[in-house]
Amino acid sequence: MTEGTINGPRARAQRSHGDSLWRGAFRRLSRSPMAIAGALIVVVFLIVATFAPVLAPYEPASTEWTQLSTPYWVQGHGPGHPLGIDRWGSDMLTQLIFGARQSLIIGVVATAIGLLAGAALGTLAGAFGGWVDMIVMRIVDIMLSIPSLLLAISIAAILGKSSAALMIAIGVGQVPIFARLLRGSMLGQKNADYVLAADALGLRRRTIVMGHVLPNSLGPTIVQATLNLATAIIEVAALSYLGLGEGDPAVAEWGRMIVSAQDRFEIAPWLAFYPGICIAITALGFTLLGESLREALDPKQRR
Amino acid sequence: MLRFIVVRLTQLIPTLFGLSVLLFAWVRALPGDPARALLGDRATPEAIERINDTYGFDEPLIQQYGMYLSALFHGDFGESIKKHEPVLSAFFDKLPATVELSVVALLFAVVVGIPLGYLAGKRSGTNVDGGIVTLSLLGSVVPVFFLALLLKYVFSIELEFFDSVGRQDARLDAAHTTGFYIFDGIINGQFAAAFDAFKHLVLPGLALGTIPLAVVVRQTRGAVAEVINEDYVRTARAKGLRSTTITVRHVMRNALLPVVTTLGLQLGLLFSGAVLTETVFALDGVGQYLYQAIRDRDYPVLQGFILLIALIYALITLIVDLSYGLIDPRVRES
Repeated sequence: MTEGTINGPRARAQRSHGDSLWRGAFRRLSRSPMAIAGALIVVVFLIVATFAPVLAPYEPASTEWTQLSTPYWVQGHGPGHPLGIDRWGSDMLTQLIFGARQSLIIGVVATAIGLLAGAALGTLAGAFGGWVDMIVMRIVDIMLSIPSLLLAISIAAILGKSSAALMIAIGVGQVPIFARLLRGSMLGQKNADYVLAADALGLRRRTIVMGHVLPNSLGPTIVQATLNLATAIIEVAALSYLGLGEGDPAVAEWGRMIVSAQDRFEIAPWLAFYPGICIAITALGFTLLGESLREALDPKQRR
Repeated sequence: MLRFIVVRLTQLIPTLFGLSVLLFAWVRALPGDPARALLGDRATPEAIERINDTYGFDEPLIQQYGMYLSALFHGDFGESIKKHEPVLSAFFDKLPATVELSVVALLFAVVVGIPLGYLAGKRSGTNVDGGIVTLSLLGSVVPVFFLALLLKYVFSIELEFFDSVGRQDARLDAAHTTGFYIFDGIINGQFAAAFDAFKHLVLPGLALGTIPLAVVVRQTRGAVAEVINEDYVRTARAKGLRSTTITVRHVMRNALLPVVTTLGLQLGLLFSGAVLTETVFALDGVGQYLYQAIRDRDYPVLQGFILLIALIYALITLIVDLSYGLIDPRVRES
């Protein structure tokens, strides 16, 4: 009970402080052209991915056998197919729109896996210190000793060709990043005045970590997650390119679209060009947003 | 300094040990019977027996791990299922091509990235700065294999500036003593061959170089923006030193320290990027071999190559750390 009364006003005071940080950050974001461009791209991407079935002119897996391209001929742009059709006779625009959905789902789930597992590990290490910290950080070191794409390759190779395998493979690669981030943030705050005060007030360690330390790590974590979404989208494409992507040909995926366009590159380069540009622009959007968020949340920038 | 080296070396041991356990468990985590997973569904009973013998799949796990470790210490990293050659010698056969490619990519990143980063840092907050940052970001968001395809299409297929595949024109009949084709050409006096090998690396190096380029630009920019406001730079300016002297002796010397570190760490990324670039340009290196191993489900190759790449990566990190300690006394002390 005592805990509650002491915690109450304190927590409120902190919340209002937090609000001003976020409000200030938002104000700085709305003034930065980089942030606006990034946000615009992300919003368009989210809308396209969410409303894919409404926006796409055709069914995702539909093909027109009568127009199926031969190895020597691919139908270009024309009425009914504004961006042409691919080598399987499917409408390019439809494939691109459903590809956005696939990228979003895999990117978000993979980042969520990395974030949750990494945050759990990092918080554990930072909060407990000692041998827990040592063991966790050794695990993180081992994971970091393999370049992340190779780590993803080895995991995807075990799990087989499926979207779930992609999510896990890419998510696991992000675990060490988040673990390090959260641990560093924990350690950095260990001797902060408000933590010492909470400790002196006799709050339980769990309450301090959950109520004070974690909320203060939120900013950098969101920044990192936004940036990781960009990497995840690029990595999905890379794994698809290596033949480790979604096995079901009915699922449209940008990376695989580039692969299947490869052997027709000389006669129909646009088949590879469109999905490539889509990957780049989407990744750029998340990167711009993440980078400007990082700057906006930087205490040095606050005025 | 010696203590620093010893400490860093001992820190490596648990990492490598853990990695070996992980890779050991990895082959056993493959779906189904491990011997069948390695050989594929159409393996003959004799072949399965042979694999079971070599890997000891019938023995208890602990004993299997012991066999794996002792083989590693004897330089036996397994044998390719598809190509029937030892993994270790295959790796070192392919390594020179990948090293050459990585060096060209790094050189590109340094030669282009440091001046751009310097400019952006010096003019931080201006349009020049914004333009350079956006440009380097663009380089980092375009997937490497897509960029490689684009470069190949534009510069070798359409414009025919460069050959699109291979490491060297086979008609040159160049001598290969070390496997590093550029170096070979120079030591054997075949300068045309060396130049041809370099020309084959321009496009792949450019594509791969965009990965470290973004990092180099950002690091240099940040460091320069920070250093340029330091007191000693102002003092140097007040003393009336020429601006080039200030740039070289005071600004860049201090700003480049962190850049050097990140460059070393980028090498790990370059290895994974090489998997994607070498395939597009049919460069016969570690990356392409790894790509074929993924396609063929050649697990011993994957297992061995990942371990070897991690080893090299660990060694590079160590060297970077040590050199950092050499340059910056503060690191050594702590």
